[in-house]
Amino acid sequence: MAKIALEHIKHSYSTQLSGPQEWALKEVDTVWADGGAYALLGPSGCGKTTLLNIISGLIIPSQGRVLFDDSDVTSTPTIDRHIAQVFQFPVVYDTMTVYDNLAFPLRNRGVAEDKISARVREIARMLELEGLLHRRASGLTADGKQKISLGRGLVRENVNVIMFDEPLTVIDPHLKWLLRSKLKELHQQVGATMIYVTHDQTEALTFADWVVVMYDGTVVQIGTPVELFEHPQHTFVGHFIGSPGMNVLPCEVSDGTVRLFGNKIDTASSLLPDPDKGTIEIGVRPEFVRFDAEGFLVEIIKVDDLGRYQIVEARHEDHTIKMIAGEDVEIPSESPRITFDPHNTRLYADGWVVD
Amino acid sequence: MIEKTANKKAWLFVTPVVALVAFNALIPLMTVVNYSVQETFGDNVFFWEGVKWFEQVLNSERFHESFLRQMAFTGMILVIQVPLGIAVALTMPRKGPWVSVCLVLMALPLLIPWNVVGAMWNIFALPDAGLLGRMINGLGIDYNFTQQPVAAWLTTVVMDVWHWTSLVVLLAYAGLRSIPDAYYQAAKIDGASAWAVFRHIQLPKMKHVLTIAILLRFMDSFMIYTEPFVLTGGGPGNTTTFLSIDLVKIALGQFDLGPAAAMSLIYFLVVLLVCWVFYTLMMRSEKQ
Amino acid sequence: MKTYKWLVPTLYILFLMLPIYWLLNMSFKTTNEILGVFSLWPQDITLDNYAKIFTDPTWYNGYLNSIAYVVINTVISVSVALPAAYAFSRYRFLGDKHLFFWLLTNRMAPPAVFALPFFQLYSAIGLFDTHIAVALAHCLFNIPLAVWILEGFMSGVPKELDETAYLDGYSFWRFFFKIFMPTIAAGIGVAAFFCFMYSWVELLLAKTLTSVAAKPIAATMTRTASTAGYELGLLAAAGTLTIFPGAFVIYFVRNYIAKGFALGRV
Repeated sequence: MAKIALEHIKHSYSTQLSGPQEWALKEVDTVWADGGAYALLGPSGCGKTTLLNIISGLIIPSQGRVLFDDSDVTSTPTIDRHIAQVFQFPVVYDTMTVYDNLAFPLRNRGVAEDKISARVREIARMLELEGLLHRRASGLTADGKQKISLGRGLVRENVNVIMFDEPLTVIDPHLKWLLRSKLKELHQQVGATMIYVTHDQTEALTFADWVVVMYDGTVVQIGTPVELFEHPQHTFVGHFIGSPGMNVLPCEVSDGTVRLFGNKIDTASSLLPDPDKGTIEIGVRPEFVRFDAEGFLVEIIKVDDLGRYQIVEARHEDHTIKMIAGEDVEIPSESPRITFDPHNTRLYADGWVVD
Repeated sequence: MIEKTANKKAWLFVTPVVALVAFNALIPLMTVVNYSVQETFGDNVFFWEGVKWFEQVLNSERFHESFLRQMAFTGMILVIQVPLGIAVALTMPRKGPWVSVCLVLMALPLLIPWNVVGAMWNIFALPDAGLLGRMINGLGIDYNFTQQPVAAWLTTVVMDVWHWTSLVVLLAYAGLRSIPDAYYQAAKIDGASAWAVFRHIQLPKMKHVLTIAILLRFMDSFMIYTEPFVLTGGGPGNTTTFLSIDLVKIALGQFDLGPAAAMSLIYFLVVLLVCWVFYTLMMRSEKQ
Repeated sequence: MKTYKWLVPTLYILFLMLPIYWLLNMSFKTTNEILGVFSLWPQDITLDNYAKIFTDPTWYNGYLNSIAYVVINTVISVSVALPAAYAFSRYRFLGDKHLFFWLLTNRMAPPAVFALPFFQLYSAIGLFDTHIAVALAHCLFNIPLAVWILEGFMSGVPKELDETAYLDGYSFWRFFFKIFMPTIAAGIGVAAFFCFMYSWVELLLAKTLTSVAAKPIAATMTRTASTAGYELGLLAAAGTLTIFPGAFVIYFVRNYIAKGFALGRV
């Protein structure tokens, strides 16, 4: 078990670096606390797997350092990092039985047979593989095989970190939920640092204590699910997390005031960004938009009644604004006006929050 | 596996193939069977001889010798070519510009006419004018493959290794390329040794293509004729007279059609039997 | 360990290239030099050996003959193997498995067994010493091989492709030529490559079935070697020239081969 620090990591797969778009990872500088359950969340191709492989040592980063408990392991081979990793698609050793598959990582490290036996049986019981221990691994179904891959990741004790690279892709939905709760339970039992890569926000938010959101080769925010919801540090986080995502609207800053569609509005941002530098936008989640006679005029496009709440799609000029209204809120039929909750409305300059 | 539909018209599709192959296979085979049970003194006059020629061939020392020689040769080249081919495939680059270079250069021997292979090795191994012959003699070893049985044998084996190992390399390499990267990464994380990676990942994934490689190499080496014929002419003495060379000597050299035909059939049956066993084993392991 | 890995393929390729280099070396030497001195490269480069091959019709006709029957054989083998392989990969019919194995057994027939009967057969039907005779004879082992390779590729194409095309109103043959054949182009390339290769390198049957008019280059070489004495330089030049068509073909299909090996069951 260890604290993991990534210092100014950059990585590129091509050898000639002609421009910034060549970077698979642009600049990652984060610390992962010992024993934390992290989810690494982001769209496909944002660099999640690259980051994971840098931690596990399958890839040596082009720049920067990787520290485990303050010792530099940037160029330490995978086997000496004491990490476990489970891949997206099942990897099983076809020639071996299920038992031998689970015992394999332990045998390679010279653990005594009686200890191996006890540990393998314990893991098999947790994953409900007991009945299959003496079957050939090659004959199993896709989820059976993936359970073996998970088992091989969990079987070693005293690993620094266990990483899961979208491990439930091939598992069917009802089992997905079961295995995810199992992993969470396991995290509480063994207390190892776990990193769970996914592009599915539900998976990330249910598994993790901390969610690391990646976008376009950088980490845009690390926080608890609540923080990600209430204080998105980047418009991408606002978009990606929450359903529907945060409204992002263009605004003007002049003479110390913020104007949206010509109306002065209040925000939680205490500083005002320099209006000449980049695009300035305001972001507000649909949960913090309400009808108010003092607000600005919109046109209502669509109302989806989801039972406990309604999703209202409104429009002002060319901009769509989504809002969530309680089930008992009455939608005004004539000239509806809306306002934003100033405490949860923030300014973003070039995507990053202004605080 | 594709679910196949019953279709009697399918026979129309296979008719051209069956007609062409049957024309080339059945008529000559009938001729061979015909000769194998008769005796002729020319002028198309034949006498029924029954299984006399078969008995004669099966009891002849000459057949036993060339059969054993053939088995020894095939065994030897399989023992050398399969591990060597696997070793080269394992160490070949996996991507990059060198892959094409390796593939093209390695496939080159496969596309040289067989008598040119024989002639090339003849020139290469000549004790006076050949590079190989000069080098070996230069090391102080007396080497002359046209006169020494052992030298002739070894030269033939090395020639076949030169000629055909690339086939094993290409097949094994294709098998290796079908292994996803995640397997190697998982093995690293599991702390597997290079041997364990080979034993539990690479070898199982290569099993299918290796079976094909062994089957092809068995068949082709068992039928080898042109290369040793050009290299050594079957000599010195009879030391490199393999089954096909012996057969052609009897049939075209001595025109003993009866024994030659009987030997042909026995020879063909041996190849068929071994391939059938292989084929059945392969199909059975695929089903598992 | 890892840094020395390249040594194995490098040494192997070196081993493959040495005899070829020696052949090339010899082809540029004069007969006097070959018999007189031992040298690692030609001291006195001569193109006489090549000049002789390109000016003497018995030599260059040998090349044209070989190429003619190889091309005819490849075309016949692949075109008849295509529908047959389709039938084996898609349909179940009386005797299909036995037929498939019987076809394969012909790949296992030693040419030496068939040499004499072939000579009699093709003489009897008046095709002896023609290109078509050799091309047809090579079908014996090339058709089974082509069927085997193509069947492997076709089994990898889902049957839904056929069904969708029929639903879209394609007739069988239109589907076969417009959709199916482009889909398995790599397989056709690999099958053609192997037919070319085995027909090009085979000599025993080609020599038995020809005498003058269709004599393959390889046979010209052996006859020259045995009748005109030891003309090593000429033999080497002729041998060197036989390597080129093969090298040319490999270069063009190299990517297909790697892909074909991975997909099919060659």
